[in-house]
Amino acid sequence: MIEQLEQVEKQALAELEAITTVESLRTWRSTYLAKVGPIAEISRGMGKLSAEERPRVGQRINAVKQSLQGAYDALEQKLIAEQRARELEHDRVDVTLPGRPAPAGRLHPTTQTLREIERIFSNLGFTVWESPEVETDEYNFGLLNFPPDHPARDMQDTFFVKMPPGSPKVVMRTHTSPGQIHAMRKFAPEPVRVILPGKCYRMEQVTARSEMMFYQVEGLAVGENITMGDLKGTLQEFATQMYGPEATIRFRPSYFPFTEPSVEVDARCFLCSGKGCRMCKYSGWLEILGAGMVHPNVLRNGGYDPERFSGFAFGMGPERIAILKYGIDDIRWFWSGDLRFLEQF
Amino acid sequence: MRVPLSWLKEYVDITLSPEELATQLTLAGLEVGSIDYIGVEAAPGSAWAPDLSGSEPPEHIPWDAQKVVVGELLEVNQHPNADRLTVPVVGYGEGRSIAVVTGAPNIKVGMQGEKVALALTGAKLIDGHSETRKWVTLKPTKLRGVASEGMVCSELELGLSEEHEGILFLPDDAPVGTPLREYIGDVVLDIDLTPNLSRALSIVGVAREVAAITGQPLKLPEPQVVAEGPSIEGRAKVTVEDPQDCPRFTVGLVEGVTIKPSPWWMQQRLRLVGMRPISNIVDVSNYVMLEWGQPSHAFDADTIQDRHLIARRAKAGEKLRTLDNQQRQLSPEQIVVADPRGVQSLAGVMGGAETEVTDATRNVLLEAAIWNPPVIRRTVQALKLPSEASKRFERGVDPQAPPVALRRALELLRQVSGGTVAQGLVDVYSQPWQAQQIELTCAEVRRLLGIELSAAQIADLLSGLGFECEVGVDSVLVVVPSYRLDVTMAADLVEEVARMYGYEKLPNTLLADELPPQYVDEVQISERRVKDTLVACGAQEVITYSLTSLEVVETLNGTAPDASEYLMLENPIAPERSVLRRDILPELAQVLADNLREQSRVVLFEVGRVFHPQPSRTLPDEPRRLALALAGQRNVVSWHEADPPLLDYFDLKGILETLLERLGVDAQVTFTPADDARFHPGRSAYLIQTAEGTSLGVLGELHPDTRDRLGLTVSRAVVAELDLDALLLLQMPPRYRVIHRPPAVYQDIAVIAPTSVTAEQAHRVIQAAAGPLLEHVSLFDVYTGAPIPEDQRSLAFRMSFRAADRTLSDAEINKIREKIIRRLQSELGATTRS
Repeated sequence: MIEQLEQVEKQALAELEAITTVESLRTWRSTYLAKVGPIAEISRGMGKLSAEERPRVGQRINAVKQSLQGAYDALEQKLIAEQRARELEHDRVDVTLPGRPAPAGRLHPTTQTLREIERIFSNLGFTVWESPEVETDEYNFGLLNFPPDHPARDMQDTFFVKMPPGSPKVVMRTHTSPGQIHAMRKFAPEPVRVILPGKCYRMEQVTARSEMMFYQVEGLAVGENITMGDLKGTLQEFATQMYGPEATIRFRPSYFPFTEPSVEVDARCFLCSGKGCRMCKYSGWLEILGAGMVHPNVLRNGGYDPERFSGFAFGMGPERIAILKYGIDDIRWFWSGDLRFLEQF
Repeated sequence: MRVPLSWLKEYVDITLSPEELATQLTLAGLEVGSIDYIGVEAAPGSAWAPDLSGSEPPEHIPWDAQKVVVGELLEVNQHPNADRLTVPVVGYGEGRSIAVVTGAPNIKVGMQGEKVALALTGAKLIDGHSETRKWVTLKPTKLRGVASEGMVCSELELGLSEEHEGILFLPDDAPVGTPLREYIGDVVLDIDLTPNLSRALSIVGVAREVAAITGQPLKLPEPQVVAEGPSIEGRAKVTVEDPQDCPRFTVGLVEGVTIKPSPWWMQQRLRLVGMRPISNIVDVSNYVMLEWGQPSHAFDADTIQDRHLIARRAKAGEKLRTLDNQQRQLSPEQIVVADPRGVQSLAGVMGGAETEVTDATRNVLLEAAIWNPPVIRRTVQALKLPSEASKRFERGVDPQAPPVALRRALELLRQVSGGTVAQGLVDVYSQPWQAQQIELTCAEVRRLLGIELSAAQIADLLSGLGFECEVGVDSVLVVVPSYRLDVTMAADLVEEVARMYGYEKLPNTLLADELPPQYVDEVQISERRVKDTLVACGAQEVITYSLTSLEVVETLNGTAPDASEYLMLENPIAPERSVLRRDILPELAQVLADNLREQSRVVLFEVGRVFHPQPSRTLPDEPRRLALALAGQRNVVSWHEADPPLLDYFDLKGILETLLERLGVDAQVTFTPADDARFHPGRSAYLIQTAEGTSLGVLGELHPDTRDRLGLTVSRAVVAELDLDALLLLQMPPRYRVIHRPPAVYQDIAVIAPTSVTAEQAHRVIQAAAGPLLEHVSLFDVYTGAPIPEDQRSLAFRMSFRAADRTLSDAEINKIREKIIRRLQSELGATTRS
């Protein structure tokens, strides 16, 4: 019987040697290790054996079963690994082929810049506010201390809106500064810190360098202890965050009717680092924003007592910031809607 | 204002380099836009330096000190071999001379003693014989057999002007042998003046600023005039009708003048500043205006009746032929200078042709007046006639300047015209200037600037600028000089203090003021969410012009819009930007069309305001809109998908559904078929707020006619425009639904119903019939065709059911399913299949 058993084991292992596929392996198992098969048959013959022989043969049968099962497991593992390796090899792709397009939308570069500005100033306690794009002449100029028939009005070529006779003069706002009056009148006598982004309009020919429509971000802070030092510090902080810690800026006197003193802020030319180039018109500096201490007349028009309250205001153009940041050569791309431009940001 | 440093130096010593001076002026508010170097070089490494390395020379070029010198014609001989050439022998000091060959038509054989600009071998100049502007370095040459070792130069070759007709002749007293750059080299600062800086519209005004900035004393002698003629009294008369219009009117008289060109140095300065020399009389008037900031006007005294000048308003119907030979129709809005016969000059703006100085003029009445700035400004605007004089009067001229400037001008006139100056002036000064006094406290300086300055320090800073200061305990009493009309209050003085202290030196501090209450603008935040969602859906944000035209609106709409619904510009710059948009789509559709010429897939959105005029209010409503425009292929063409299908109505609707869901509005709105001629009648919808039944906007595929009008190059385009303000008002915050653990049971049901039954109707019936155990239902297939009867279709829905506390049994589900089938049958006439 044991002989017979050893014969079966030998034959089974020999057959196993030749197996190369999982399928024939399964067949082998059903031949040798299933409930029906040569070993099972031998086991059934155990009943004829003596009580002394029975345990010895039983042990032997179990040993053969284990040996065959072990061989089976090892080969199965090997074959599965080989098969997987073949599949993986088959699935190999040219990883340099382009991926499946996932068209992404983008925000307009002006919106992106506005958000950056808004982020910086909201960290400094400023709230974003909006005011109308169509304004009365009074809000756009008069309340901002532009006297009628004053040359200061030449600084801003204005689109006037046709109105019925007898109506007050109405303009496309030339700057976001009328929002100062709106904000002050809403919040006075509480202190206020707002920034006012929005579209502005000037009666200018559209060229590579000038636009009839542009965005501006106005900033306004009014309170009882606000100094020009605070204006400088705030704008320095803005410049550092917007242009990086290596950005150098300078403050120089300027003129806006609604601020006194008035400031123009220049940044060291990003292109030539101050050596002089076309972009900075050979001055080494680029104008980045205008600012100043709110004029007493404007504070008064906003509802604050200029003897008690003071404040600062500033205005900047996000398109200009983007132009300087990215080296954009022509401002007309901004409103062209041309995807070849917009998809670059 | 262009400021030649040679001129400025007459009034203040300049100790800084031109570049340093330019920086100092800029930092004091007089922004130097550019520096012109006439024959001289910029400081090495200066940003202002023109680029001399390029192949094209800049406007002005430096002259080598050794190689470009003042020369003198010793003799001029005819060229032996060419009629048109001459051979001048030019001396340039200490017995040195060379012969040059020239074709200059203004050099004549036999000339002697004329002073010229001589360039020697090696000099780098501008090539006068080249069509294009380029450099030339002089080399010894032979012209028709005669050696030429140098060149007598034209203005073009020196980079002085475009003049190349003949060579430049220098004044007779030019120092022979001197480097030309030392003789006429100059540096001109071009200062961009803001409107408040009228005081710096003159050399003297800039000199005052330079003195204050650099601490150098101002050299400002009171102009003296040698008046040898009889007194002006009784020989000239002035009447001012309204001192408000003309606070001061001053007149001087010069007799026996000879009209001729002004001296070279005067012409040169005028040119450097940008004015054209005309004649000695006119040039003196302009020269003094540039020097002192006081415009003046010269009348031919013999054309003024009774030599009587009258400042008054023009009468209706009066006319004047101005110096530019234009007939001007005047109005009582304008101030004129008249004589008893009639109008002779447009005050402060332009003189009249009849009384202008001509070659025959012998006697000159010179007027220097102060005019009402707004009136001058309105006149300039009404007649579109800006001038150097009006520019100064609009901004305000020093009321003390007229007699000073007149004396300066009269003396110059005497020198350059040979005339005799009458003694005295007629000075009608009915509204004498009153010096203003302002008290400035140290506390105010601290409050506004954040620095501690003593009264003495403040006074020190201000007195440099000409303010008279009386130092008190904690304040300064300041007397404002007459040339500072811009200073009217303490805040103005604070700016002067800051300017002189230096903006750069002010501290950089952060706001220490209490943080104001933080207001949150919900709409801003919502707008952000809208844009972010659309971007996440793959749409590109665009911004189009808010200014459009009715033609563009008509292109989209197909019919002419009602113009009365639109706001129009009074003064548009172009017809296509003359109307304020009422909707975003007309311009956005144009942008879509433009992009389709370049792109295979275009998905755009815009958020912005539109303008709706209100009959009862001055200002329009500015509602916020959202517009989308999609066309082209759904996906970018790639090796994965060579021919992706076209974007359609459902792409657009899908994006909107995502947005509505994100805003929490989806449950409050429905889509109903639209009736809008711009759109495909069967593929467009209104977005309706279900509760109110009001429309929030429209979406759909453009009608083929609309597509044709837009010139769209694709066979399908879908657009939408929504009232974003209204949409945002419906926003609901997200509401959390408990997620139940027991497993869901899924059931599919095919609803076969007439095609008139909408998917939404079927969806609602299922929802209503299924009750609370229905967790979700979605349409996954729409089918028409056999075996479904004609005019019917199959809508296949997948439903999921779930209970909070148990696994649902088949019996429960079947009961619900039967109920759904019954309701679909009774309400929609639908049959069902599993």
